[in-house]
Amino acid sequence: MQQLAEIRWHARAGQGAVTAAKLVAETALELDQYMQAMPEYGPERMGAPIKAFTRISNVPIEIHCNIENPNAVVVLDETLLAIVDVAEGIRSDGVILVNTCKTPDALRAELGLQGSTVRVASIDASGISLETLKRDMPNTPMIGALAKATGLFEVDPIVSHLKKTFGKKFSQEIIDANIASVTRAYKEVSVG
Amino acid sequence: MPTQKTIAATGNAVVAEALRQCSPDVMAAYPITPQTTIVEEFAGFVAKGRVHTEYVTTESEHSAMSACIGASAAGARVVTATSSQGLALMWEELHIASGMRLPIVMANANRALSAPINIHCDHSDIMGARDTGWIILFAETAQEAYDNTLMSMRIAENPEVLLPVMTCLDGFITTHSIDRVEIMDDESVADFVGEYTPVNALLDLENPVSHGNFAGLGGPFFEFKKAQREAIERSRKVITDVAAEYSVLSGRPFGMVETWGMEDADVAVVVIGSTAGNARHVARQLRADGVKAGVVKVRCFRPFPFAEIAEALSGVKAVAVLDRAESFGAEGGPLFLEVRSALYDSSERIPVVNYIYGLGGSDVRLELIETVFKDLSDIAAGEEAPAGLVYLGSR
Amino acid sequence: MSKWDISGMDSWTSADFPLGAVIPQAGNSCDYVTGGWRSNRPERNDEKCTQCLMCWIMCPDSAVVTEDEKVVSFKLKHCKGCGICAKVCPVDAIDMVPEGCDLPEVK
Repeated sequence: MQQLAEIRWHARAGQGAVTAAKLVAETALELDQYMQAMPEYGPERMGAPIKAFTRISNVPIEIHCNIENPNAVVVLDETLLAIVDVAEGIRSDGVILVNTCKTPDALRAELGLQGSTVRVASIDASGISLETLKRDMPNTPMIGALAKATGLFEVDPIVSHLKKTFGKKFSQEIIDANIASVTRAYKEVSVG
Repeated sequence: MPTQKTIAATGNAVVAEALRQCSPDVMAAYPITPQTTIVEEFAGFVAKGRVHTEYVTTESEHSAMSACIGASAAGARVVTATSSQGLALMWEELHIASGMRLPIVMANANRALSAPINIHCDHSDIMGARDTGWIILFAETAQEAYDNTLMSMRIAENPEVLLPVMTCLDGFITTHSIDRVEIMDDESVADFVGEYTPVNALLDLENPVSHGNFAGLGGPFFEFKKAQREAIERSRKVITDVAAEYSVLSGRPFGMVETWGMEDADVAVVVIGSTAGNARHVARQLRADGVKAGVVKVRCFRPFPFAEIAEALSGVKAVAVLDRAESFGAEGGPLFLEVRSALYDSSERIPVVNYIYGLGGSDVRLELIETVFKDLSDIAAGEEAPAGLVYLGSR
Repeated sequence: MSKWDISGMDSWTSADFPLGAVIPQAGNSCDYVTGGWRSNRPERNDEKCTQCLMCWIMCPDSAVVTEDEKVVSFKLKHCKGCGICAKVCPVDAIDMVPEGCDLPEVK
């Protein structure tokens, strides 16, 4: 892993982006990494576009500021592409991951990133979520897809962390569904 | 030695955890963004029976601090937490708590004061309360917020001190970010913090006392204030001693002033709170480019570490003081006034530049800190220092 | 408990005063003579008085003296002459009368 990975999350309030940012940070901690996860706080209402941030590093993280040049951008809701510049500040070797049925090529064209070195990845996280969790909660599958698209983690540490943290709060059925959604997204993400 | 576990948690969560581990008798509080999750979490501990604290819900911060004062005078170990307008609403009680020498511990989530309304970080709330007689500690990280809270209890209740202590953490930046934090086991904290033996407790029926007395014209009011000054001066040694003990226990040192690269620095930034990390990060990069950059972090603002600041800055060619609060019409921000005063007795005549930054949560981008160090390098090379204070990164 | 000795208070330094401005003794408000503040003194008409004890309840200085649950006099050492007793008396049995120049009970 590179020394510092910076992830920016785009979602609508209520989709669980803050929880996802937190789960990624916690998984990193279990791998003895240093991490930060913070939402960008504002007048937050269900459905309003929001941002959250995760930093992961193998050395202590000292900085406290927004992430302007992320290694990875995760978009939980593809309708945001029309209203938010999700590619803003992305590093040339970075990756943009979107919850969508579209192919990475179609996504690249939509983002206006033809000819760019930025990688574009797509995953139908909502579809996976509807099949596994029986509702549209794209946040946990997006973690699986992020792990694969960035090479940040293997799927196992995510699954073991989910078991540990969800085990306290949810039924086995829900835990299993989340694990299934993460594992499927890890396998199914396509990177172009 | 204590067992420590490493957790991922927000600054507010670990402050609530530290307060729980101190087993206070009473918490009286009113919620306010971005402090809310401290009192929410603590109320949860009370509800689950994880701490045996009388939790008093009040209708305002004015009432919250009043209840804290009453409970503390009664002889209880008392904690609370607030932020911004809440701290402002407590203002008259803050003076009463320190004047009555009540060792209340309060967390303050640093947030801007209205108007215009804003819920994000700056230090104008606490700087407005800097002369209320409270000991004031600042945290850079969630870890420091946890550590400061535990140490605060010992410092406040020390018989040589008996003053209230505020532990400050930056709103949202520290309160709401999930960070890597080491937490001690309950038993070790209980041993470290110890039992509280109140002085002049109203509930000590064997030794009745009156609190809240009058000391008018010709009376000893002046002497009481002098006694308060003497107590906060004595707290310097107590803070250092408590921190030394805590660092043996936790492995984490505490300095009223903490320095980075100051052994041979030509240019230095003096800063409080979460921005200290940004400054160190930039200084480290500049070092790689051959710039002798240093950072001085002030972790204890009251009592102010004059001698330590003067010593840390000795030999430096140019200094920038970063203030996350205004003191409108003054020579500079609150920290600048203290730092330049600390340097007055030095014969070195070090140029000191004041930057106001990050008001209302305005993001402290690394480029901003880079421009500060660039200015300092120019001044160190003989260029004239900017006249008056600089609004860092403002339009 | 021995009485709190404040005889040398005028020469006390900041270190000599009790912590946090407490008074380390109960019941010493008796020592604070407030009768000298008075310019009108209460006088009670025993014939009108119904012994309802409203004045005893309302007096802020506990200066209404009772015996066997009956008002007998006023403790003029502490009475500030505020007139509350006269105001609350339902049968106008208390009059506030101007003091002379001499207030011997204060000394």
